Amino acid sequence: MSTDPLWRDEFSIRAADERYVGRRQFAKFLTLTSLGMFAGNVWILVKGLVARVPVFAPAVVAKAGDLPVDGVKLFTYPTPKDPCLLIRTARDTYVAYSQVCTHLSCAVVYDASRRQLECPCHHGVFAVADGSVVAGPPPRPLPRVTLERHGDDLVAVGLETEIAHE
Amino acid sequence: MSEPRPSDRRRRLVAIDGAIALMAVVLMVQMWLLTATLEEYLRGHRSIAAPAAIAAGVLFAVCAGLALLVHRIDTTNRRPTDTSGRR
Repeated sequence: MSTDPLWRDEFSIRAADERYVGRRQFAKFLTLTSLGMFAGNVWILVKGLVARVPVFAPAVVAKAGDLPVDGVKLFTYPTPKDPCLLIRTARDTYVAYSQVCTHLSCAVVYDASRRQLECPCHHGVFAVADGSVVAGPPPRPLPRVTLERHGDDLVAVGLETEIAHE
Repeated sequence: MSEPRPSDRRRRLVAIDGAIALMAVVLMVQMWLLTATLEEYLRGHRSIAAPAAIAAGVLFAVCAGLALLVHRIDTTNRRPTDTSGRR
């Protein structure tokens, strides 16, 4: 005579059997994950093909004499949701970068004493001269805002995602 | 009809385990490929996307082929061996 409770006849699946993963099942899981990775690569390809070349409208960022040397001004470019930093590094030298860290999108700040851009979240450091990564976890340089000088106006005319010498 | 010999069964199980290990390696390569492609894309190097997609497709085909192999060997392993000489 069976010692199993009565409900066992109605519900005959054992928890251990339910959790058991067979070789075929595991192979199927690996294949589906591989398909997902392939789909990801195709998605990047398609996104690259359909993406239009961005057009950046010129925007006046600041007046040339407004900032002191080592002074910083915050502005947004190319959209109001893209924070950027304008830095006057010398008397006639201005640089501008996206303020969004390329690691995990924290806001970077300019450290005038060390003359570098720093991310306070994970201590990523970028060179103020070209936005390249000096230290820390960021994988890419900071996007650089292309500036032109029209009289006294500093005008943002583009955004470079890569430094020129790379 | 009889059960497959234990040595045959063991050999097939080793083959299945080997195939699954190879699939895991292929998957790790694919993970690296995807992250590297994404990094390059965000960096602005869009020309890398096409060869990376082709490589990912080839790796997926290898993975699918190995999965098919696992399925076939496993099916053979579960089937009792026919010793009457018929195929």
